[in-house]
Amino acid sequence: MSRTIPARRGRPSAAPLPHRKISLSLRMKRLSRAWQLYVLLAPAIVYILVFKYWPMYGVQIAFKNYNPVDGFTDSPWVGLTHFIRFVNSYQFGQVVGNTLWIAILGLLVAFPIPIILALLVNQLQSERFKKFTQTVLYSPAFISTVVVVGIMFVVLSPRSGLVNNAIQLAGGEPVFFMGSAEWFRPIYVISDVWQNAGFSMIVYLAALAAIDPALHDAAKVDGASKLQRIRHIDLPGIMPVVTVLFILAIGNLLNVGFEKALLMQTPLNLSSSEIIQTYVYHAGLQQAQFSYSAAIGLFNSLLNLALLLFFNTVARRANQATLW
Amino acid sequence: MSLITNPRTIDNPPRPVSQGGRPRPKPTLRDRYGDRVFNIAATAVLLLSILAVVYPLYFIVIASISDPNAVYEGKVWLFPSGVTTEGYERIFADSRIWNGLGNTVVYTVLGTAISVSTILCGAYALSRKDMPGRKILMLLFVITMFFDGGLITKYLVVRDLGMLDTVWAVVLPGAVGVWNLIIARSFFEHTVPNELREAAQMDGANDFTFFLKMVLPLSKPLIMLMIMVHVVAHWNSFFDALIFLNDDSKYPLQLVLRNILIQSDVSSSGTTGGDIESYAAAQRIAELTKYAMIVVSSLPLMIALPFMQKHFTKGAMIGAVK
Repeated sequence: MSRTIPARRGRPSAAPLPHRKISLSLRMKRLSRAWQLYVLLAPAIVYILVFKYWPMYGVQIAFKNYNPVDGFTDSPWVGLTHFIRFVNSYQFGQVVGNTLWIAILGLLVAFPIPIILALLVNQLQSERFKKFTQTVLYSPAFISTVVVVGIMFVVLSPRSGLVNNAIQLAGGEPVFFMGSAEWFRPIYVISDVWQNAGFSMIVYLAALAAIDPALHDAAKVDGASKLQRIRHIDLPGIMPVVTVLFILAIGNLLNVGFEKALLMQTPLNLSSSEIIQTYVYHAGLQQAQFSYSAAIGLFNSLLNLALLLFFNTVARRANQATLW
Repeated sequence: MSLITNPRTIDNPPRPVSQGGRPRPKPTLRDRYGDRVFNIAATAVLLLSILAVVYPLYFIVIASISDPNAVYEGKVWLFPSGVTTEGYERIFADSRIWNGLGNTVVYTVLGTAISVSTILCGAYALSRKDMPGRKILMLLFVITMFFDGGLITKYLVVRDLGMLDTVWAVVLPGAVGVWNLIIARSFFEHTVPNELREAAQMDGANDFTFFLKMVLPLSKPLIMLMIMVHVVAHWNSFFDALIFLNDDSKYPLQLVLRNILIQSDVSSSGTTGGDIESYAAAQRIAELTKYAMIVVSSLPLMIALPFMQKHFTKGAMIGAVK
């Protein structure tokens, strides 16, 4: 393209009169071409305007008393009332605490495991075993959240579950896992690793495959062991990908896993399973407190955005890859 | 250098470099002791991980065809015992399951068609560097990745549109994922050469014809990836249906499963006192049905997985390249 344009421009500049004609028709052509591109883009634009920006516009109801008759625009303003009510409510500490607990536990446990798995799989000698491991580890990602939680309920069932049968075989007392608040977080995080670690591993494997094999060869000649090569070649090699995915994970810290938490909730584990978003769901959609729950949702989004901006800045300061 | 000075090496290459198609020199001299320990440890860790992933699934399969009493008593570990197909018979006799399955197929086909065509067209337009306003339009999409209006306002918008309890509430609100759009855009940027478009324009093709006749046939891997991503997502989704649908004849399979697998368990698990014999038996049959249900609902994707894997791996790489 960069080669052809000067050639086109160069020709008419020798004869100014036809230049106008060509550029005019070119401009017309370009306009009509752009028009066609806009038509191609139109459905996607309409989609985000209706399903993303309209709800964003509607966020103002967090500062209003929404009623369906007046809609987003004309409902009366009430300022920060809903936020104050949420902060002062007895659930506030519990709900925010639960959310942060799950998010941080998930990040500390579920984020590094795919990296470790990828580093190990990458070192395997046999290509077939490599392929096999990948396929097996990544298959649970295709099982739906509903079914994964269903599996938890049957496998962890206090009466007939696999785990409790094993516990009883070992002489222990059966545990009602899904009905106890202490077990909610471990089960949540372990099942997350079980389901998603293999899938997340794929991205790191792709990044590892892109590392120049000459680096490994040189290190081998110098007598570096496998562990040393992992530490000094593989890890630095995938660091940009790790950083970007870490920031993305932070950006979604308070959002992911909401569906699973909702499915895992039982009346008995609510004290640790009620997170901000399930609370929004219960207060907003089940009890129709639209403005109040929209305010809580906004609180969640802003907290999330703040975390994202903070970590992106930290990454930039540390001269790591950033999102922007 | 030595190749030139020592003619013998031409006939007798010092090292079979090409062995196994790998250019790397093999660690022939000494496989260090530490490396061997590492290999054993790595293999052990991975084998354990495989076991941890496979065993629960395997157990569910064998439990689904075992005598529920044997499962209850903890006699089923490695092999099914007292084989029965009652669980499956009950599922196939259950009209809720069939109805849910039918709904899921409709939602999946319609939703995938809408999402994939919207994403492909939009991403192609955004991939064109000569489209005026491209950067601002792209920004419009990217912003929504980092901030959105939240669950409540989304629900109210769908309600105001009169879509509650219709197919549209399930297929439209999540139709275009910005991440997918970005993947598709960078695929087009890397695979459709500008020269090709210029040549086509010389021949009088406009953007529509070029997109349909040249770009799409060149983008088969991308189209496959997009179709599969959306089929899997729709097949597995339940939440939009949960909040937007009230009429249970419209429930997709996952929502039906949730009500049977999870909700029914919650309602019965709290009260374990005073079990009568028949109640316990019914309970065990219910458990058996759950195992079978998990198998039946996950089987289609598990069977398709080997065919899909190649495309998903490619997709992960397109995403990583971005």
